[in-house]
Amino acid sequence: MILARVVGTVVATRKDERLVSTKLLVARPVDPSGKADGNYLVAVDTVDAGFGETVLIVSGSSARMASGMKDCPVDAAIVGIVDTVEVKD
Amino acid sequence: MQLARVLGEVVSTMKDEHLTGLKLLVVQPIAASGESTGRALVALDSVGAGVGEHVFFVRGREAAFPFYPAEPPTDATIVGIVDHWTTE
Amino acid sequence: MQIARVVGTVVATQKNRKLEGAKLLLVQPLALDDQPRGTTLLAIDGVGAGVGEKVLVVIEGKAAGQALGRKAAAVDAAIIGIVDQVEVQG
Repeated sequence: MILARVVGTVVATRKDERLVSTKLLVARPVDPSGKADGNYLVAVDTVDAGFGETVLIVSGSSARMASGMKDCPVDAAIVGIVDTVEVKD
Repeated sequence: MQLARVLGEVVSTMKDEHLTGLKLLVVQPIAASGESTGRALVALDSVGAGVGEHVFFVRGREAAFPFYPAEPPTDATIVGIVDHWTTE
Repeated sequence: MQIARVVGTVVATQKNRKLEGAKLLLVQPLALDDQPRGTTLLAIDGVGAGVGEKVLVVIEGKAAGQALGRKAAAVDAAIIGIVDQVEVQG
């Protein structure tokens, strides 16, 4: 899983029918200190995350194991909202 | 699978119900030389690993297997704590 | 599959139950000119490979589980062959 910050939303009227009524968010991966890198990805939101929040994203075929995503054509799902990250080092 | 060092812990209250009770750790992949390689990521813990320890983790769909029959949505899970490793 | 060189061994007492008895080797994927490519990985040894040998590594869970002889094991890479020779044209 990666840590990411929600930076936007995607609206897509025409999409795979299995994605109807899903919320698609744009997220930028961040390092444990919260610093964003230049990439972004679009992930299905399964935990009601919002703009600016730090979230946990599961990628690949494992994304289909998120609640409600069984058999859905997704490769990234937001499965948690991060309260804190504690890092020693 | 990859070697990694456990850097820290993630706390998340609002999360997928299948992640409830599972420990989320921040891991930094390392090369055989011990140097960091690539970006840190979050992995589930299946072996009782702690911050500062060297571990190895599995990626992909197989990351859910240690929790069978539960199927938590994870793409990375720590499956072993490394006692030591040797390189040529 | 990838061609890699076995560069080390890993000892881990505390590990997932399904990995008990597994031989874990550190492998460095190689480019076709034998230069290291990408980061070192851990793979289950299914063929009795040793440090220094050039091997064939499969990075896919189902195949890795088969190499271990266990279903639904939490493994994603296995050594499934020892490379005698690689011939490349062009």
